[in-house]
Amino acid sequence: MKKEKMNEPKEPLFHVLKRANVPAWQTWVIRLSAIVVSILICSLLAFLIIGASPLKFLGALFDGTFGTSLRIWKLLKGTAILAGISLALVPAFRMHFWNTGAEGQVLIGMLAAVACIMAFRDTIPNGLLVVIMLIASVLAGMLWGFIPAFFKANWNTNETLFTLMLNYVATYLVKYFLIKWTPNGSSTIGRLKYGMLPTILNDYLLVILVIIVMVAIMHVYLNYSKHGYEISVVGGSVNTARYIGINVKKVIIRTMCVSGAICGIVGFLIVSGLDHSITAESVGGQGFTAIMVAWMANFNPILLLFSSFLVAFLNQGSGEIQTVFNVSDAFPSIVIGIVLFFVIGCEFFINYRIVFRKKEDK
Amino acid sequence: MKKILALVLALAMVLAMGVMMASCGSSTSDDEDVIKSPLPEIELVKDFDVKDDFKIGIITLHDEKSTYDLNFIESVKRAAKAAGLKDEQVIIKSNIDESSACEEAALDLVDKGCKLIFADSFGHESFLMEAAKKHPEVQFCHATGTHAHTSGLSNFHNAFASIYEGRYVAGVAAGMKLKEMIDAGTITADKAVVGYVGAFTYAEVISGYTSFYLGVKSIVPTATMKVQFTGSWYDETAEKNAAQALMSMGCVLISQHADSLGAPSACEDAGVPNVSYNGSTIEAGPNTFIISSKIDWAPYFLYIMKCVNTGAAIDTDWTGNMSTGSVCLSEINAKVAAAGTAEKLADVISALKAGTLHVFDTATFTVGGEHLSSYLADVDDFGDYTPETEVITNGYFDESATGKRSAPYFDLRIDGIELVNEKY
Repeated sequence: MKKEKMNEPKEPLFHVLKRANVPAWQTWVIRLSAIVVSILICSLLAFLIIGASPLKFLGALFDGTFGTSLRIWKLLKGTAILAGISLALVPAFRMHFWNTGAEGQVLIGMLAAVACIMAFRDTIPNGLLVVIMLIASVLAGMLWGFIPAFFKANWNTNETLFTLMLNYVATYLVKYFLIKWTPNGSSTIGRLKYGMLPTILNDYLLVILVIIVMVAIMHVYLNYSKHGYEISVVGGSVNTARYIGINVKKVIIRTMCVSGAICGIVGFLIVSGLDHSITAESVGGQGFTAIMVAWMANFNPILLLFSSFLVAFLNQGSGEIQTVFNVSDAFPSIVIGIVLFFVIGCEFFINYRIVFRKKEDK
Repeated sequence: MKKILALVLALAMVLAMGVMMASCGSSTSDDEDVIKSPLPEIELVKDFDVKDDFKIGIITLHDEKSTYDLNFIESVKRAAKAAGLKDEQVIIKSNIDESSACEEAALDLVDKGCKLIFADSFGHESFLMEAAKKHPEVQFCHATGTHAHTSGLSNFHNAFASIYEGRYVAGVAAGMKLKEMIDAGTITADKAVVGYVGAFTYAEVISGYTSFYLGVKSIVPTATMKVQFTGSWYDETAEKNAAQALMSMGCVLISQHADSLGAPSACEDAGVPNVSYNGSTIEAGPNTFIISSKIDWAPYFLYIMKCVNTGAAIDTDWTGNMSTGSVCLSEINAKVAAAGTAEKLADVISALKAGTLHVFDTATFTVGGEHLSSYLADVDDFGDYTPETEVITNGYFDESATGKRSAPYFDLRIDGIELVNEKY
């Protein structure tokens, strides 16, 4: 008896078990507690690095986001723009087409809108100009989505690298045109007074409403349309898709055109509704942040409203911490990094549970 | 045995580091090779009372990592100290893009109770003006901007400094160095080629390199210059590459108008003398750095703080100069600079201050082989890029003049300067 026991392999300290049928409320409890714990860790870090008391840290975090009506609107706008870009990535990601080019697709949409302003600014009425800008932005974004999709569909090129490279093409096109448009050599066009979207209540509300409508449409498109179904099948298995008679090439190209077009619309909204200008840094890395936001939302259009809210909240709140405590811009990045690490990490605990070795009964 | 070896190695490393750090320290604190600045930062004198509820907000494009923004941040801190402001009376928002983010930052600073808001980057201007329209009770100031005098906003102001004078003086120091090289037989007079790393072909840069060149030319009449543009205000690699390209084209001295240490470090590697900008770079180039010019913004900050606290109007366009303490020079590196540089610079500075010497004296330069007697510049900057203002008066190009605007508008391509790549 004893000998048998010796030969048995030693049970590890813990092992991981797949959870089955976790109730939805429980997953949300886990996610929320991950956020709370991570923010507590950040405040501890703030105390250690910059000597800010946790209360002051949390105070600044919330004051910077909810302190005044301007800050609340700014937070909602930040959420909307990020959600809009993430939304563009969702159909592509569901198809397992790793579009890392949202940054460039938004920027090229912005460039198209600004180009329309530069071409027609004094010659046509504002309303018409806005419509032309919208069309141009959508087409430009679509083109930036179509090119890598066309190559992927026909020659199976690597879409991650392809879309990534197109970001640089867009950036340098913007730099090129800024030089063209400023004969005095300043490369700065400033705030343009043409092609402005009408405003409701303030500069932000209309933009936010447009994004919400887009989220709703995308939700229906992905879950209740034939296109949405085809995307899911292609994402699951290309061979299955072929077997049931789906034209995979067509689906890839069509979906990336949709993805690019949404980026184009966001670019249009930034130019016509918010910035009225363009620089090579106008998108500011949000195209990459959006990838994470879309993943966190599990490619669900409704959920990504929450994940983009979280990221926008952290971004703006930690920006306030930077100002109040006069620390470098690295600190906001640390805060966001820690929180996202926890949020993404907690998915592991939602899907699996850890079972520790039990003390053996003698 | 292994453990002992590891211990010995670790000890050796620590010792080596200690020695390295000690040697670094000694090279910078070595004062015998440094001649003190002929035009140092002035001492700030406070002659007004600060209200308890006064707050100043500062918007910067990057943060302390960029020498350009660092210069503003340090200046406002010095002015705040001189004015006796408490920490919470100065709010700095850094990394603010040249977009609606600037307007939002300004509006947020108003919410925080700022009575005076300043933005440091050229592209901030039109967005800051939007905030100025919404808050006429708050004063908005902007460095390098061009629109205050045509905006019709009484609470929006531009500022710059006659840094072209500082550049000219730095150019004289460079000319002295070239002359020394010619006299020593290192180069011949026709090989006195200066290289210049610029950002964009914008008036601020053109005004800078031209005044620098005219300073060089006042000492070495045969000197010529090559300018290489990078197409960016801050791009360390591009600036380093541009400096190296210029050296390979035969430039024997380099200067720059770009914000990184790219050009100074390329010069140090190659042993080519360097005249810097935005502050001393002697630590990056102990064996090549000659002198640097910079705008000191602290006098302007103190001035606008005084205006807001005493209720006085702020100048629509404020151009600082040598007398206001806005144009400064760094220390001179005696190891590199030619003998007699300090004395010569002191003479030039007093001539500039007295108004007997003008940097852009039309007798000293030609455009297309001819001396200019009239030139129109786009001073009003309505976005049409059409020149409308006569800027040559009394025989010199009147840069950053009172009644015109503070930001530079000198955009002439003068003879003797070759633009290697004008694509920017």
